[in-house]
Amino acid sequence: MENNKNIALSVKDLKTYFYTNNRCNKAVNGVSFDIEKGKTLCVVGESGCGKSVTASTIMQLLPTLSRIEEGEITFYKDDEKINIEKLERNGQKMREIRGSDIAMIFQDPMTALNPVFTVGFQIAENLKYHTNMNKKEIREKTISLLDDMGIPLPEQRVDEYPHSYSGGMRQRAMIAMAMACNPKILIADEPTTALDVTIQAQIFELMDNLKKNYNTAIMLITHDMGVVAELADNVAVMYMGNIVESGTADDVLRRPTHPYTKALLDSVPVLGRGRNQDIQPIKGSTPDPYDRPVGCQFAPRCSFADKTCEVMPEITNISSSHDVRCHKYKEIFQY
Amino acid sequence: MTDKNDIVLQLRDVEVHFPVKAGVFKRTVAHVKAVDGVDVDIYRGEVLGLAGESGCGKTTLGKAILRLVEPTKGEVSYISPEKDMTELTSLSKKEMDPFRKKLQIVFQDPHSSLNPAFTIFGSLEEPLKKYGVKSRNERRKIIGDLLEAVNMRREYMDRYPHEFSGGQRQRIGIARALCIGPEIIVCDEAVSALDVSIQAQVLQLLMKLRKERNLTYLFITHDLSVTEYLCDRIAVMYLGRIVELCRSEDLYQNTLHPYSEALISAIPVADLDKKTKRIVLEGDVPSPVNPPSGCPFHPRCPKAQDICKSKVPPLKKYTTNGNEHYASCHLIDLPEVN
Repeated sequence: MENNKNIALSVKDLKTYFYTNNRCNKAVNGVSFDIEKGKTLCVVGESGCGKSVTASTIMQLLPTLSRIEEGEITFYKDDEKINIEKLERNGQKMREIRGSDIAMIFQDPMTALNPVFTVGFQIAENLKYHTNMNKKEIREKTISLLDDMGIPLPEQRVDEYPHSYSGGMRQRAMIAMAMACNPKILIADEPTTALDVTIQAQIFELMDNLKKNYNTAIMLITHDMGVVAELADNVAVMYMGNIVESGTADDVLRRPTHPYTKALLDSVPVLGRGRNQDIQPIKGSTPDPYDRPVGCQFAPRCSFADKTCEVMPEITNISSSHDVRCHKYKEIFQY
Repeated sequence: MTDKNDIVLQLRDVEVHFPVKAGVFKRTVAHVKAVDGVDVDIYRGEVLGLAGESGCGKTTLGKAILRLVEPTKGEVSYISPEKDMTELTSLSKKEMDPFRKKLQIVFQDPHSSLNPAFTIFGSLEEPLKKYGVKSRNERRKIIGDLLEAVNMRREYMDRYPHEFSGGQRQRIGIARALCIGPEIIVCDEAVSALDVSIQAQVLQLLMKLRKERNLTYLFITHDLSVTEYLCDRIAVMYLGRIVELCRSEDLYQNTLHPYSEALISAIPVADLDKKTKRIVLEGDVPSPVNPPSGCPFHPRCPKAQDICKSKVPPLKKYTTNGNEHYASCHLIDLPEVN
C-alpha cells in the first residue's frame, strides 16, 4: 500500500463539514483512499452520501460555508509531495494544480459550459494559463483535442457556442477541456448520468483510451453498479459520509461483505437475467444528515444489525486489498 | 397470462408531427416527426415496455395515447372488456371524459408533477370530484385506502409535497393515477429519477398493484435492464418508429435489429462474469426534422448496406422461440411469417 510510486493521490481521514443555520452537516466524515496511476477508482453511493463533496474537496471547489475539518490530501507530483488541504483555496499554487495536474468533468455539461463563450475559447483558456504556447499553437492544440474526442468537423466546431452542441458532444468538449494539459488525475463526477446509453458507451471508450495512453489516474463518481463493473479497477462504496467498503472491483462485486454493498447489488435488475430475478429493495430511506443514527449509519436499514451496531465500527482488513467497516461482516463474508 | 385476442388498446399508424415555425409570419417551415407511423396492440393485463434513446418519441407516443398531445394522424382505439371498440382521437373533449377514467399516467419527475400549494388530499381528490364522489368523507376514505395501497400512512394526506422524499412523491403520483380505477397506466420514466434502492421499492409496488388490480402498463423507459425485469413485451423505438417488438426474453436472447443489439451491448451490467464487447455507435441520433433517407438507423449502423440507404424497411413479422417477433431491418435472415 505504501508504494508511493504508483499512487497519484492519497486521501487520509478526510472530514469536510458544512455549516448552515447553526447546524453542522458532516458531509464527509473520515474518508481514506488512494488513487493509483493508470487505474480507475469508482466511488459508488446514493445521492447525499458525500461522493461529490469528496471530489470538490480534492479540487478545493467547496462553497465558503464549508471547511476541511481534519485529514490529509496528498498529491504526488513527480517527486514532489503536495498537501492540497494546506493550500489556499484560490492561491497561486492551487490554481496551478487545478485544471493542469488535476482536472474535473462535471455531471451536467449544460451548466458547466459557459453559454456566452465559444467552446474553443473555453478549452483554450486552460492552455493559455497552464502552458507557454502561443496563440497559433493553442488553436491547433484545441482543434486536435476536439478531433481526439471524435467531434466531427473540429475546425468549424471550435468556433461554435455550446448551444449548438448536442448533450454527448458537450460532454466530450468537457473532457477535451479537462484533458487539455494532460492531467495526472481526472475526477469525473457522474459524467454520463445525463446521457443516453449509446453516448455513454462512447464516453467510456474515450476514458479507457485516456487511461491506456496517458497513464491518467481516474476517479469516477457514480451511482450505477453497472458502470462500476464496466470500468473500475478499484471500488469504494460510500454511505452517509463514510466509505463502508473498499477493494478491487473483483473483491467488492464478487464478494460484497458490507450489508449495504450487498443490498445495493441486490436492488438493481441485471440485464440478461430475465424476469425471474429477485430484486430486493433496501428498506427505509437514507437518514437526515442533521439527525443521524448513533453508531453504524446503516444500522436502521440493515437486516443484520443488533446491539453491537450502536458503536461506529472500525475499518477491518479482510484481505490485503479489501477493507470493510462493519461489525457483522463475518456473517456476510462469502469467501 | 395475457390472451392474444384480448386487446385493450390498438394503435394504427399513429403520427405526431410538430410544426417548426419561422419568420415574421410564423410560417410552418418543417415538421418534427416525433412519432412517425406506429402500429401496436396492447393486450389486457400485460406490461409493454417502450424503450429508446432520448428524442426517439417514446414520451410523445405515451402522451398521444392519452391525447395530452393530439396525434396528427392515425387511430388509437380503446376496446372494453365487452369488446366494444371506440376510436379515441376523433372524440370531442366531452366524449373523451369517460375514457380518461380508464387511461392514466404517472410522470417522470415527482418533484414537478405535484402541485406544491395543494395538500396530498387536495391533489388526489380532484379526479374523484370530477368523477362523481360527492361526499368529502368518502373521498377521504378512498384516498386513505389508496395511500395504504402504495405503502404510505393514511395521515400523510394532509401534508404538502415538500415534506416527502422523491420515492414517496413518486408513490403519491402512482396513487393519484390509481384514484379513479383506471385499466391502463402509462408510466413515463416513472423510476428514472429515483435512487437505485428506492427504484426497487417502486418497481415492486408497481408489480404488486398490477396483480391486485389487473392493470395494463405501458412502461416508458430508457433503461433496458428495468424493462427486462418488468415487461412482458418490449418495443424499441428509434426516430419515431418501432424498430423491434417482441417478448422481453427474446429481445435479449434473439436480438434481430442491429440497433437493439447496440443498445443492449452499451448497457453497463453489474456482473463481472457477463462482460461483453460494447458496440460503440458513431455520432448522435439524427434530427427528427430531417430524418435520413431509407432506414433511419443506417448512418450509425455498423452493418449498413446500399439497400438501407434508399429503402425504408417495413416492420415484418418473424418467429423466434415460437413467439412472434417484429423487426424492421433489411438484413434479417429469417423467413417472414404472416
